[in-house]
Amino acid sequence: MMDDLRELYQEVILDHGRHPRNCRRVDDHSHAAEGDNPMCGDRLSVYLKIDEAGTIQDAAFEGRGCAISIASASIMTEMLPGLSEADARRLFDSFHLLVTGQDINESDADLDKLVVMSGVRNYPVRIKCATLAWHAMTAAMDGQATATTE
Amino acid sequence: MTMTAALATNDVAFDTSLVRADFPILSRQVRGRPLVYLDSAASAQKPRQVIDAERRLYEEEYANVHRGVHWLSQSATERFEEARDAVRRFINAAEEREVVFVRGGTEGINLVAQSWGRTNLEEGDRILISTLEHHANIVPWHLLAAERGLVVEAIPIFDDGQIDMDAYRRLLDRPVKLVALTQMSNALGVITPAAEMIRMAHDAGARVMLDSCQAISHGAVDVQALDCDFMVFSGHKIYGPTGIGVLYGKAELLESMPPWQGGGEMIARVTLERSTFKGIPHRFEAGTPAIAQAVGLKAAIDYVTALGMERIAEHEAMLHALAVERLSTIEGLTMFGSHPARAAIVSFNLDGIHPHDVGTIVDHEGVAVRVGHHCAQPLMDRFDVAATVRASFALYNTADEVDALVASLEEVRRLFS
Repeated sequence: MMDDLRELYQEVILDHGRHPRNCRRVDDHSHAAEGDNPMCGDRLSVYLKIDEAGTIQDAAFEGRGCAISIASASIMTEMLPGLSEADARRLFDSFHLLVTGQDINESDADLDKLVVMSGVRNYPVRIKCATLAWHAMTAAMDGQATATTE
Repeated sequence: MTMTAALATNDVAFDTSLVRADFPILSRQVRGRPLVYLDSAASAQKPRQVIDAERRLYEEEYANVHRGVHWLSQSATERFEEARDAVRRFINAAEEREVVFVRGGTEGINLVAQSWGRTNLEEGDRILISTLEHHANIVPWHLLAAERGLVVEAIPIFDDGQIDMDAYRRLLDRPVKLVALTQMSNALGVITPAAEMIRMAHDAGARVMLDSCQAISHGAVDVQALDCDFMVFSGHKIYGPTGIGVLYGKAELLESMPPWQGGGEMIARVTLERSTFKGIPHRFEAGTPAIAQAVGLKAAIDYVTALGMERIAEHEAMLHALAVERLSTIEGLTMFGSHPARAAIVSFNLDGIHPHDVGTIVDHEGVAVRVGHHCAQPLMDRFDVAATVRASFALYNTADEVDALVASLEEVRRLFS
């Protein structure tokens, strides 16, 4: 039984949860949105700097949350720079398949280090934690101020 | 022998093994471990007596109430009205008609806001709510305030989670129409000085809506001694069914209030042009009520009454004291609400570990706690946290379960070390 738990709280996740990367405000951001999880009261702000060609130059976040939501935000912001908006959305689609335990096809985006989040699939109530930052990213690109996981 | 039978025959000590035998769900295993249910503040488990009472009604006496001339309908009506009388005695209301059956505490407060509030409150009128309130005793007043232009002000609390009585006194210096107050914080377990606060409110000319949803299962609630104008509680928090709750209101106030919802069962006469309404409490009970649930609520009240509210309170006080003592030894654990007047609930956080992570990990040990804002976000803001871990105790919990909680928290520490 502890195996599920160890899979959820992998060392990489605990590390990102404790020492999140890109946990800062981007003053010259082009897009920003707040992600709100009404179930637990957690809130994250995601900042994106997207250039005229539509490529993400910088991604960062601020806020408070559980180890799962913070690690997810941390890894997300590491992976976004260099991607186009479309690529970022495709990555979220694949990530969503991963954490909800669905099949991922070769045509889906490469999840790379996000695979450490796969343990979430055994914890349906924690999916919203894992996707909070991603919903905020999508909202930011859509020009919305807030995203809610409800 | 069941616990209630044992207590009836002689003055035995509270024996949780007998009590636990009354609650079928407590013998369940969770993830291969015995269930340690420490979430009764969210909803309490049901004894066999409550489950049987509902089943017996459906199997033997069920029909709609207050309308049939046939035998079954009369029988069901008697059971339903007996439940009302059981509630009256339990909360010591002066009259049965002061007991209105509603879906739960939330509906009771909304009823008062929409019926009493809409007829008695005008633009600029002030309502006081405490920082301890559950969203159910905040949002209905916000809705009404937005519609009517009312002013909602908060009674502050101290760091120990107790009401700041001086601040309350000052807030009452200017005219106040209503004080919306919890008798016991659902997030901290702190018990407010409700009787004194109600007296002060009345001296200032304000009415009081008392939220007893938490308090109701942890000690006697006497509405005449408290002198509250309105009081609500939910059946499911006192070992009864979901979908049934009680709004108590002083008869003269209920009499003065218009219906909230219209429909069958609440009318005196309806023509195509107009309707006239029944007296209280039926005026506020439109439609077919939660009949079996009311009967189940009576069984729950009978159950706790047979055990004795004082004995239950003593048992829970023992568990609470033990939990506070044991949790205090865990490194980096912060408890919220240290005021001595509190019961049955411990609310805490582990330094650097989010409550959601704590909740998931202790669940693996079979320990069910609530993590989150407990529908009390203003209170979370007051303590500058997004969420806490809440363990709550009921009459069926044991000292061993406190140990299980502590051991599971040590597991959290190990995983995150």
